[in-house]
Amino acid sequence: MRIGGPVAIRNQVYGWLLLTPAAFLLVAFTHYPAVATLAQSFFTQGTALHPSKFIEFENYRFMFDDPVFWKVFRNNAIYSSITVPTSIAFAILMAIWVNEKLPLRGLVRMAYFTPTILPMIAVANIWLFFYTPEIGLLDQILGRFGFQSPNWLGNTDTVLGCVIVLAIWKDAGFFMIFYLAALQSLPVELEEAARLEGASRWYYFRRVTFPLLMPTTLFVMINSLINSFKLIDHLFILTKGGPDNASSLLLYYIYEVAFSFLDQAYASTLTVVLLALLALLAVGQFTILDKRIHYR
Amino acid sequence: MRTTLKKAAIGLAAASAVLGLAAAAQAKTQLTMYYPVAVGGPLTKIVDDLIAGFEKQNPDVSVKAIYAGNYDDARVKALAALNSGEPGQLAVLYALDSYELIEQGAIIPFDEFATTPEDKTWLKSFYPALMENGTIQGKTWGIPFQRSTIVMYYNKDAFKEVGLDPEKPPQNWDELTKMSQKLVKKEADGTVSRWGVMVPSTGYPYWMFQAFAMQNGQLLMNNAGNEVYFDTPASVEALTYWRDLGTKYGVMPTGTIEWATLRQAFTEGKTAIMWHTTGNLTAVKDTAKFNFGVAMLPAMKQRGSPTGGGNFYIFKKTSKEEQQAALKLIKYLTQPERTAEWSIKTGYVGTRPDAYETPALKKYAQEFPPAVVARDQLKFASAEFSTYQTGRVRKLLSDAIQAVLTGAKQPKEAMSEAQKQADALLRRYK
Repeated sequence: MRIGGPVAIRNQVYGWLLLTPAAFLLVAFTHYPAVATLAQSFFTQGTALHPSKFIEFENYRFMFDDPVFWKVFRNNAIYSSITVPTSIAFAILMAIWVNEKLPLRGLVRMAYFTPTILPMIAVANIWLFFYTPEIGLLDQILGRFGFQSPNWLGNTDTVLGCVIVLAIWKDAGFFMIFYLAALQSLPVELEEAARLEGASRWYYFRRVTFPLLMPTTLFVMINSLINSFKLIDHLFILTKGGPDNASSLLLYYIYEVAFSFLDQAYASTLTVVLLALLALLAVGQFTILDKRIHYR
Repeated sequence: MRTTLKKAAIGLAAASAVLGLAAAAQAKTQLTMYYPVAVGGPLTKIVDDLIAGFEKQNPDVSVKAIYAGNYDDARVKALAALNSGEPGQLAVLYALDSYELIEQGAIIPFDEFATTPEDKTWLKSFYPALMENGTIQGKTWGIPFQRSTIVMYYNKDAFKEVGLDPEKPPQNWDELTKMSQKLVKKEADGTVSRWGVMVPSTGYPYWMFQAFAMQNGQLLMNNAGNEVYFDTPASVEALTYWRDLGTKYGVMPTGTIEWATLRQAFTEGKTAIMWHTTGNLTAVKDTAKFNFGVAMLPAMKQRGSPTGGGNFYIFKKTSKEEQQAALKLIKYLTQPERTAEWSIKTGYVGTRPDAYETPALKKYAQEFPPAVVARDQLKFASAEFSTYQTGRVRKLLSDAIQAVLTGAKQPKEAMSEAQKQADALLRRYK
């Protein structure tokens, strides 16, 4: 059959028709908004008193001079670089622990998974009362040992740490499920062979288990990295980004600019930067890490 | 055959009934109202009951009241609905949103359609302090509905315990400092088990700061909404005093104090005094296990508290009939009797003097005197902080306050920086 023949054309049309519904949805809800956001970032926010006008890169220049932007950017960098590795480490530890034969294994697994099922807003409300001085759980425990609990959420030095702990607590259980599944698919012979050879548990983990878990780790890492940029529900309850923006993250700042300052143009600018950043990270992870991963 | 005919006849009758109903409904004016809920309690139920009462009296108007989350959500939803062409004739939104709503071209002033002499007296029937946020360029843009002020809650039992007169709460800053120092309770190991006073500084730090500033004789913005006064000596002094309560006098925890958990800290006796919204009155009354009192905020040069809460606004994209119907609804909801009922059930301030003359509110005030403290304070009250670009300017102020309370910046430095940035934002509104 020659290319371009009537049958080929009909096949092409048929193919495109099949794609249309999905393509339409994709364009309407993903591509168009992204392009519109990019376009809007070159204009001022239009209001009845001040109509929108084209200003080239003025919004971007404003962003580079915006101290709050740099602060939330830094916060987000710290937040991501701590929550991602820590929640992965906890997830692996917990998965290995509940993969063994222990009494009440089902109960322990469920306990680790519970934080994942709870809605973030509910979780934040619970932790708000953990952290609150005078009446909070942490204060009660420290008070028993004669310590005055610091004002966890009211202090610029501790507040980001508090938010990070909450995020790890929430995420680790979810990632544990993936590791548990991966662990259970590992062949038992490997462990038996290692034991015969006299390999220590740590050596076995480092040289056998961990490398075999790498595909899961890549998946979990990308997910948790994305989570660390897109999950901000807890900030609304816990800190509202304060005090003095000490716990604000990029997306929370975007929300503030768009819906509290009603400046969608500048919010678009920030969104474009966030998108570019996430795209860069994803590409980096896939190209660099993928090469080092051992797929069976 | 007969049954088919019968069925057809019933069908026809039903169809015509439906059509008739539809026609009747069309003659009705449809109103959609967005409103937020910002305090605890079954507020949606109360609003629904009020609306049902209105519809009964006015069969020609049907009202769809849409609960739209907190104030921020309500503003976002109402504006988004308007932009996308959804119906919406009126809304209860932050009183401090008026400049923003004018800038967005979303609302019209009441003066344009509330033109009868009766309407004009109605516009004048509210407490002046509550009208300030909605009166801009000589026009009335917002009508007060769920409004509050800041009051001082204090633990009478704690006052008695340290030998203070429980009927004499602090009247000025000096007394506040001295009494609080007495009220602080320390354990043998040096930990504080009860603080003297707590003023919340998350969520709405600018609001609490306005009270300090007003007491020190300083308003923070002008009525045109294009000037702010952050770096004046009186403002800096007010912020310094707030910080010093924690760092110098040691009667308040240092760092910021959480708005949402403060009420519980007070009702569990962890602080002897708290400043909070009147909107919390009913909740404190229900949970405090000790005798508590409610008082006006203390004075420095004078007394002062900002007002807060929500106003009625009417949207620009409305027909003449809809405007009149919306006006009728708002007038109904702000009648003295309704206002009294609303105030008793929620703890919000009665928005007009004659509401306090109604038998219901008179009786309530006798049984529960704290209910009228907020009203008495209205004499000294003023508009809530609001300017053009209000979200941004407000945040500048809030950030500066938090930076000082957490020790990151000195009051003078923080306020000068905020002033400079606010000036830059407001330049184009002069």
